[in-house]
Amino acid sequence: MEGTLLNSGVSLQFYIILATIIFCIGVLGVMIRRNAIIILMCVELMLNAVNLLMVAFSNYHGKGDGQIFVFFIMVVAAAEATVGLSILVLLYRNRKTVDIGLFNKLKD
Amino acid sequence: MSTVELIATILGGLTVGSALMVVLSTHPVRSVLFLILTFFMISANYIMLNAQFIAIVNIIVYAGAIMVLFLFVLMLLNLSKDTEPKTSVLMKISAAIAGGVLATVLVAALKDAAFETIENADNTIGLVEQLGMLLFDKYVLPFEVSSILFISAMVGAVLLSKKEKQIID
Repeated sequence: MEGTLLNSGVSLQFYIILATIIFCIGVLGVMIRRNAIIILMCVELMLNAVNLLMVAFSNYHGKGDGQIFVFFIMVVAAAEATVGLSILVLLYRNRKTVDIGLFNKLKD
Repeated sequence: MSTVELIATILGGLTVGSALMVVLSTHPVRSVLFLILTFFMISANYIMLNAQFIAIVNIIVYAGAIMVLFLFVLMLLNLSKDTEPKTSVLMKISAAIAGGVLATVLVAALKDAAFETIENADNTIGLVEQLGMLLFDKYVLPFEVSSILFISAMVGAVLLSKKEKQIID
């Protein structure tokens, strides 16, 4: 692929397109699946696509700041997964399902 | 095409393939296992990008901790193929179109983006020593604040999943 070469010999454009495709697969998963746990997993997939892009640009600039930000994104993702999953367990205890179409208790 | 480009292309293809399997497989446990495979593939991509520290942390934190938590919850709730909620065909088709259009627009916009070549970019930044110096020097305050975030997440998770008298219903 043509474009700006990173020092590994692969172009930056390759990683931009790869990260875009992984991000779009995550978006697709959020829209297609109705299992709340799988939807949380697809959010993790989107976060990872952003991480990949961040590391690629950090390599391109030759500065470590991008990789430190990836580290902090992982911290936030871990915290988010813990709280999200415990909310889901609580919802499952109440409704006996993980189908997001049935989580409409606030409506009535 | 050089050897490095060939390896990167194969790794990229495998990453996209396993990410697609996460979305497409109907059994939730299989989805989790494919997501773990995707994280390993992304770690391999990090190694291709000379980011060894992030590659190892990705395996330890994502594949080792977060995904095990997901697998734990899936098995605690005893979810299987039969309990998997079904999506209507119309919904699937419109979601596929929406996702495809998003991917097309983003790729078309970014494909021809021009970046100037940076001469003599340092390629040792991904090593633990360099990142450690940066993390505990320039980013030491965010690092300490993230511990408060973890404490609050931990307290929140314990508080939420504690069994108490249900007042709903």
